[in-house]
Amino acid sequence: MAYWEPLRELDEAPLVQVGSSLSDVTNDIARGTETRASRGWWICFLIALSFAGLFVVCVSYLFWRGVGVWGNTSPVYWAWDITNFVWWVGIGHAGTLISAILFIFRQRWRTAINRFAEAMTIFAVICALIYPGIHVGRPWLLYWVFPIPNQMTVWPNFKSPLLWDVFAVGTYFTVSLLFWFTGLIPDLATLRDRSTTKWRQRIYGFLALGWRGSNRHWRNYERAYLILAAISTPLVLSVHSVVSMDFATSVIPGWHTTIFPPYFVAGAIFSGFAMVETVLLIARSVFKLHRVVLMRHLELMNKFLLLTSLLVGYAYGMEFFMAWYSGNKYEMAHFLKNRPTGPYGWAWAWMVGCNVVVPQLYWFKRLRTSIPVMFVVSILINIGMWFERFVIIVSSLNRDFLPSAWGLFRPTIIDVGTFLGTIGVFFTLFLLFMRWLPMVAMAEIKGTMPQADPHRAGSHGEPEGAAVAKGALAPGGAE
Amino acid sequence: MEAKASAAAPRRVPALLLAEFDSSGGILHAAEKVRDAGYSRWDVHTPYPVHGMDRAMGLKDSRLGWIVIVCALTGLTTAFFMMHWTNGVDYPTVVGDKPPGFVADLQKGGPGTLPSMVPILFELTILFSAFGAVLGMFGLNQLPRHHHPVFESDRFRTASDDRYFISIEANDPRFDVDKTRSLLEAAHASHVETIEEEAS
Repeated sequence: MAYWEPLRELDEAPLVQVGSSLSDVTNDIARGTETRASRGWWICFLIALSFAGLFVVCVSYLFWRGVGVWGNTSPVYWAWDITNFVWWVGIGHAGTLISAILFIFRQRWRTAINRFAEAMTIFAVICALIYPGIHVGRPWLLYWVFPIPNQMTVWPNFKSPLLWDVFAVGTYFTVSLLFWFTGLIPDLATLRDRSTTKWRQRIYGFLALGWRGSNRHWRNYERAYLILAAISTPLVLSVHSVVSMDFATSVIPGWHTTIFPPYFVAGAIFSGFAMVETVLLIARSVFKLHRVVLMRHLELMNKFLLLTSLLVGYAYGMEFFMAWYSGNKYEMAHFLKNRPTGPYGWAWAWMVGCNVVVPQLYWFKRLRTSIPVMFVVSILINIGMWFERFVIIVSSLNRDFLPSAWGLFRPTIIDVGTFLGTIGVFFTLFLLFMRWLPMVAMAEIKGTMPQADPHRAGSHGEPEGAAVAKGALAPGGAE
Repeated sequence: MEAKASAAAPRRVPALLLAEFDSSGGILHAAEKVRDAGYSRWDVHTPYPVHGMDRAMGLKDSRLGWIVIVCALTGLTTAFFMMHWTNGVDYPTVVGDKPPGFVADLQKGGPGTLPSMVPILFELTILFSAFGAVLGMFGLNQLPRHHHPVFESDRFRTASDDRYFISIEANDPRFDVDKTRSLLEAAHASHVETIEEEAS
């Protein structure tokens, strides 16, 4: 049994549509970067760019006036800024999961979506990193988080989870970028070799670093890719665990729980998969990638969403159970009363509805293979996961131990503008990526096709095509 | 390419022979023949890594792992001494009644500081390993290298699309324009061309 053959026992289907040739794959994927942008792309791009402009306006105003332009106030000092930070970092996680963890588990279907998902990781982490940067109030002092010798002769406190977070998210961004670029090199060489204008050849040629598909290079390249996948796997689990420790190491009821690290990681993967799916569905129809991104892949993603939804639902249930089981009256007051029925109970209802109830639709094959259903559900999951972070952060802070210290948070127009703005930044970067870089890992897809198997029946010794005529020469005769 | 060389004024000599193949099976067997003929300065160019090609070329396992483990340990020790020296020696910081540094921690007889170091120890290990993997790969492959004789061939542009090539360099001790060419043709190459460069 050849490694490229689908496992019928597992109900597997071929990865790429049957009968596609290697150059079909190259053409399908590279074409998007070579032809004029479609009207659909321009419409999406201008909308995204407008929101990115809104982001610039909101952040400029924030820097001018200070963080008072947000709704953050006592006792809710962390609000949409940190909610958005956690939401964006979480979205990034699915990219690494797809590119690294599924690679290690030899899930070949990932090749249809991994480039995409890795790009999403990078852009989501960029959006995430913006928030702690602008949240500190004096962004020009942000370098204080790094251990740089300074005139005050003090150092950052390495026992603080907030500093762990700086290192975790910073490492995550750097490693994701390296991983993404490494994966891009062979495909950049393809674009270089197909280029018809001097500038395309120069730019892609520069970025491809002179890649010539050499097998002596592939040997080290594949090893580098495997090592990057192997180290990204624990890294991605560590990043959201460390993010969760920003909360879990405090004493606030609702934050002070040991379930947080795995719970945050599951939620991150859940929301990230949903975001990959939203963006993939748009790209699939705008760039006509139906030959590469099959319904089969989308259905597998939906099964994954169902699984992670159940994990997240379990964590919600376990939080309730532990609050009751602990017998701690603050924990009980928070989880059993304030969350579902307090002033932010509506947000809690959105969280449970979108993250636990809606994905149950995917138990039915008809629903999980319907494009309109999965588009709506993927957006609802993203909304639900945003509300999860909002519930964790704001509803925990607004009522702590002393009723006299209770207070409510209301977002301002700048809060809303900044959030919509980062969505604009994300989609602007994404659309530029889709326009100028190969959206699907061409070299990897080719490696999973039947033609790639040198031991395939029919390709043994006897090459097809023009060489057949020369086949009359006895093999090995020249030695 | 050959026609251009004969007309050009500077003297041109063969740099390498480039043979084209149509299928992964074809190039795998051709690579075995080139290996068995005893060539050392040659290479295979494929649009994706072909399964079993390392053995067909007689290549040893990649040494990249050794580079990465060295980088990983460097990252780990860097992180440890950074945290130990800044928070334990240069400006001792006591948080939550934990001993400020690793040595004070051991003197007090318990893990006070070390657990809080774990996340950053881990992250810097990963960070250094990732740089080791990528930069080490570039180093072993001698990339970036934007000029190479194979790029002189127009046909070679398809090596990143759906064609398979073998290049044998002229400075290989066994290289002989005619003999090497007939070896490649006997291995069912669909096209063989000589890439030339200016004599140095």
